[in-house]
Amino acid sequence: MGSILRFRKLCFLEPVKCSDLSEKKAPIKFDDEKKSFEIPKIENKDKGLLEEKKRKKRPNKEWRCIDSCCWVIGYICTIWWLLLFLFHCLPANLPGLKVPEPPGTRLQREGLTALHPVVIVPGIVTGGLELWEGRPCSEGLFRRRLWGGSFTEIFRRPMCWLEHLSLDNETGLDPPGIRVRAVPGLVAADYFAPGYFVWAILIENLARIGYEGKNMYMAAYDWRLSFQNTEVRDQTLSRLKSKIELMYVTNGNKKVVVVPHSMGVIYFLHFLKWVEAPPPMGGGGDPGWCAKHIKAIMNIGPAFLGVPKAVGNILSAESKDVAFIRAMAPGLLDSEILGLQTLQHVMRVSRTWDSVISLIPKGGETIWGNLDWSPEEHHVCDSAKKKYQQAFDNNGNNSDSRTRFQIQEPTKYGRIISFGKLVSDLPSSQLPTLDSKKQEFMRNHSTSNSNAACRGVWTEYDEMSRENIRRIAENKAYTMKSLLDLLRVIAPKMMKRAEAHFSHGIAENLDDPKYNHYKYWSNPLETKLPDAPDMEIYCLYGVGIPTERSYVYKQSPSVRCNSIPFQIDSSADGSDNSCLKGGVYFVDGDESVPVLSAGYMCAKGWRGKTRFNPSGISTYTREYKHKAPANFLEGRGSESGAHVDIMGNVALIEDVLRVAAGASGSELGRDRIYSDIMKMSKKINIRL
Amino acid sequence: MLKRRKGSAAKKSPNSEPQLDENKEKKNNQLQEKSNSNAANLKGNVNFNSKSNSDERLRRKWSCVDNCCWFVGCICSMWWFLLFLYNAMPASFPQYVTEAITGPMPDPPGVKLAKEGLTAKHPVVFVPGIVTGGLELWEGHSCAEGLFRKRLWGGTFGEVYKRPLCWVEHMSLDNETGLDPPGIKIRPVSGLVAADYFAPGYFVWAVLIANLARIGYEEKNMYMAAYDWRISFQNTEVRDQTLSRIKSNIELMVATSGGKKVVVVPHSMGVLYFLHFMKWVEAPAPMGGGGGSNWCADHIKAVMNIGGPFLGVPKVVSGLFSAEARDIAVARAIAPGVLDIDVFGFQTLQHVMRMTRSWDSTMSMLPKGGDTVWGGLDWSPEEGHECSVKKPRNNNMQTARPNGTGNSANATRVKYGRMLAFGKDVAELHSSEIERVDFKGAIKGKNLANTTCRDVWTEYHDMGIGGVKAVADYKIYTASSILDLLHFVAPKMMKRGDAHFSYGIADDLDDKKYEHYKYWSNPLETKLPMAPDMEIFSMYGVGIPTERAYVYKFGPAAECYIPFQIDTAAEGGDDCPCLKGGVYSVDGDETVPVLSAGFMCAKGWRGNTRFNPSGMRTYIREYNHASPATLLEGRGTQSGAHVDIMGNFALIEDIIRVAAGATGEDLGGDQVHSDIFKWSERIKLQL
Repeated sequence: MGSILRFRKLCFLEPVKCSDLSEKKAPIKFDDEKKSFEIPKIENKDKGLLEEKKRKKRPNKEWRCIDSCCWVIGYICTIWWLLLFLFHCLPANLPGLKVPEPPGTRLQREGLTALHPVVIVPGIVTGGLELWEGRPCSEGLFRRRLWGGSFTEIFRRPMCWLEHLSLDNETGLDPPGIRVRAVPGLVAADYFAPGYFVWAILIENLARIGYEGKNMYMAAYDWRLSFQNTEVRDQTLSRLKSKIELMYVTNGNKKVVVVPHSMGVIYFLHFLKWVEAPPPMGGGGDPGWCAKHIKAIMNIGPAFLGVPKAVGNILSAESKDVAFIRAMAPGLLDSEILGLQTLQHVMRVSRTWDSVISLIPKGGETIWGNLDWSPEEHHVCDSAKKKYQQAFDNNGNNSDSRTRFQIQEPTKYGRIISFGKLVSDLPSSQLPTLDSKKQEFMRNHSTSNSNAACRGVWTEYDEMSRENIRRIAENKAYTMKSLLDLLRVIAPKMMKRAEAHFSHGIAENLDDPKYNHYKYWSNPLETKLPDAPDMEIYCLYGVGIPTERSYVYKQSPSVRCNSIPFQIDSSADGSDNSCLKGGVYFVDGDESVPVLSAGYMCAKGWRGKTRFNPSGISTYTREYKHKAPANFLEGRGSESGAHVDIMGNVALIEDVLRVAAGASGSELGRDRIYSDIMKMSKKINIRL
Repeated sequence: MLKRRKGSAAKKSPNSEPQLDENKEKKNNQLQEKSNSNAANLKGNVNFNSKSNSDERLRRKWSCVDNCCWFVGCICSMWWFLLFLYNAMPASFPQYVTEAITGPMPDPPGVKLAKEGLTAKHPVVFVPGIVTGGLELWEGHSCAEGLFRKRLWGGTFGEVYKRPLCWVEHMSLDNETGLDPPGIKIRPVSGLVAADYFAPGYFVWAVLIANLARIGYEEKNMYMAAYDWRISFQNTEVRDQTLSRIKSNIELMVATSGGKKVVVVPHSMGVLYFLHFMKWVEAPAPMGGGGGSNWCADHIKAVMNIGGPFLGVPKVVSGLFSAEARDIAVARAIAPGVLDIDVFGFQTLQHVMRMTRSWDSTMSMLPKGGDTVWGGLDWSPEEGHECSVKKPRNNNMQTARPNGTGNSANATRVKYGRMLAFGKDVAELHSSEIERVDFKGAIKGKNLANTTCRDVWTEYHDMGIGGVKAVADYKIYTASSILDLLHFVAPKMMKRGDAHFSYGIADDLDDKKYEHYKYWSNPLETKLPMAPDMEIFSMYGVGIPTERAYVYKFGPAAECYIPFQIDTAAEGGDDCPCLKGGVYSVDGDETVPVLSAGFMCAKGWRGNTRFNPSGMRTYIREYNHASPATLLEGRGTQSGAHVDIMGNFALIEDIIRVAAGATGEDLGGDQVHSDIFKWSERIKLQL
């Protein structure tokens, strides 16, 4: 009994000891005396009672928990500050951590100085957008960035944010009461988010050879709008024209060097035609405007012939990344528990953006291949190749035969969308043809069942009946040509809006007066380049990264409200060395744009005097082989070939700087090619 | 570090332990009541006990660090919690609170006018003033690493504290050319962000921009004509082609908005800059922009000058002469010695002076028109002015002091014409009683101080004691002799300035020499462009005491320091309330006296004068200063202060109305609170 009592007492004491630091002495004494139990027994009892009384007075129990929390937080904070302080004290150049010399400094030492003014044309997504007028929910956001920057508003008021970024579904312009505008100036796209550079490194290197605000211009535009609408709403093209003229004059009649990136490439193509077209549709420059003002166009990661990714985006708001997430954590994206429906929201908003349509692959089956043929068909997937080579070393003959087998049966990239993995491999004779089913596509105007249950109509899928959706999936495989038909069926309004602004065909006769319409201006296969024989066009892009080229789709399992009926079949994987991974067929490229789209025009379509290039503007293809950063410290790497990261590629920066400082393409060393672009281009049968 | 980490590892167990403890304790209580013994429980207690004892020792060891951490953690969590609350707070909450306390606030003018049906019509061009525009680094010395394209001026000014000397070095211009020093490139920030906020929370143009946006303005029809305000006006064109840029942008905006002319809104020094621009744009190339003689008539609807120092600012004189103004003089009076202290090797004022003296633009704001405009030894246009300390009271309680005007006659007439006077008594004596020794011939002796304070460079060190003494002996300087004085004390600076600015009054405006750009920013030496439809507004605040003349004294230590400083001990007392802390003040907007801001529109350009040959209409719009009633109002919506006036609702409303198409007549013509017309009459100027 005595021992039990003792333990009880001890237990009464313990919590007090832990919580109340000032009263530590008593328990310490107690610790010392613990060995001799008998004598202090009564004392302890008294003490224990005393402590107990005290404790009752103060709510110690709660306090203790907060106490330890505070302690932990305080500890973390202190450590953090200490590290931060140490970091700031660190000399800028640690001996072991030598930062490689930026190309700008090196070229400056070589004696290069700013000569031609530089115009930067950012691509889709990278340009910042800010709010000028909004609904009540966006209070306090006047002139704050909605797009770009830290994106904090997504978390704070996601629905409000989506509402403001959407455009009007009919006009493709601002919805009433909302004005979201492009951020002007170099800040528009130097960093996309804090720490994630887009143009910043190029700008910095240009500055090292003497560029500054007066001879560098960021042609920021609202990348959500169709190209002609940027002029209609914001007069962006007029602005660009005026800026180029101004820079030409104020810099001693030096022509400008234009550096567009990604979608900016086709935006600038549109500008080239616009500026020489007569008003009111065009800018009313003289026919020689481009020849007079532009020295070179250095297209970075150009999406001349479109990007297959855009198709996946429009169809189901997903691409490789999303499919990957879905494979890793099935159900997360589709779960309704959180009420997120992320993809559905993304789709609803992005479908109002006309510019996405400009990125749909152009040139139809001639360029992108049909059911049985594609220009890239003998491509061996890079990662697979490496893996294979290792296997070859180990296993010898066995794997050798397997490679052969793979190569002999080429991937059918021409089938951009196929429903089911099987379909993507079948010979075309076994596929149902599109035409026979076409009639069934025509929508029967019976309202679908799901519509009644779901209140809001989000995407045009909601207006389609389940039956029609099933039929679409039954049709199995789509090439570029039938895909456009498919899009017209599943999203008629969007395509109607977009097809007033963009065209995706190939011109038969470029002198046809219909090609004077602006909708053809951004398609290199339906416009002639301006008459400017001294101008130079560069295609600068990364290679060596698997890039999405075609997709394996399946019908979504759920029949829920507002759900997207199709999704990439992420379970469709090829064998070890096939190009199929997670429902996506890969090909060489820069992660977003396949080599074919980026390089074809410079490699063949415009090479020499062709009907697309009547004045014989010289073109150069410069490829940059992707090399992943060696270690974590290099950040996004100085030899990257990825679509955006290439803007930090030292070799590319050097090329841009040299041209800006006056060099011509032949001085750079003309073409630099790693991929099979020349071979692929030859396979494309197009009249030039 | 290592120790601490160990501590934390050890800590973790006690942190989890007490909770266990609690449970046990409860259980034990129950046990006691039931007086029930449980062997298993007992065993657990034994284990636990020994463990907690060993923890106890650790705790003892770490108690101090522990306490600190706890404290820090507490503060951090409180801070985060408050931050979270602040972020979670709806954006309209502050306004709600303000309205609850002060009663309903008026709608911002933009909202009000949007309700009236006003929409964006004429494109708007802003021309920021001195100091308010941001500057960023494009190329710098090694000490400025990592600052590429970061703001050196404007924003948080973080670098001033981090590397002050580096900052001063980069902000200074070349002393000979007035352009960039070699290896340094500082350029103006472009776009509306250049001057919407000067520092976070301190608006300049932001309120006006926000209100314009309410009636439909956006980036495409608003343009901030940002320029490097440190260099002379013509040099902005030479170095950055800023004037060409403005011309091109105005042309573009007129073209893209369907031929609507622009409304230009310059502020402070921007007023002079735009005056320069209007002459430049019509002048033939290469000196001018070659826009043809109708350019202004074709492109500009109205120029709405806010707080324009057309005839200069007396503040600049003291700024150039001794790098101080009233603010610094006050600081010196409150804490004598701090600014001059050498203990930390600061020598703040000298550094500031060296920097500001390399800026040509400050010289554009030296008082222009000499004694004719600013008054001579015994005469000044403002004399008889009753000091504005009393004036607001006078306005509010007119009934209480019916004979207010009679009182002013009794007060001693302040001799504002004496812009600098050495000693208070000198400032008040009649001119015949003052003995003056001409300083111009004085020999500038070699100064020994030169060797001891080598690091800081002001031209005073070339002057020597003799020169300094001669300057003081002349005793009184009027507007015209101040120019001589500055030529004497800062010859290099003035040589640069003379190439770019002129301060006189033209006798014959058709003289060929006035085609030179140095006269373009002086309204008394240029003709306005031929644009009869154009309107010029002069909008400024009144009702705030504004520096007009100074009482100087020798600096205490005339060796390493600037040898002169404002005599803060000179107080006017009751019979001369205009003199406070060595500064005579007059009505104005805290920086620009009424005379400078209003004279040209009140008289110099009124009707068909030789300065305004096409007879374009001019309007004066004065805004009486009313300081914010409560702290919640921030900088107030009725302020008349030089920069705060940009948030004045009445002024914003005027601008929006004009931008939406109204003329000066529609606004109600002149709106005058001060004595500007009376004072203008006193100035004898051939018109």
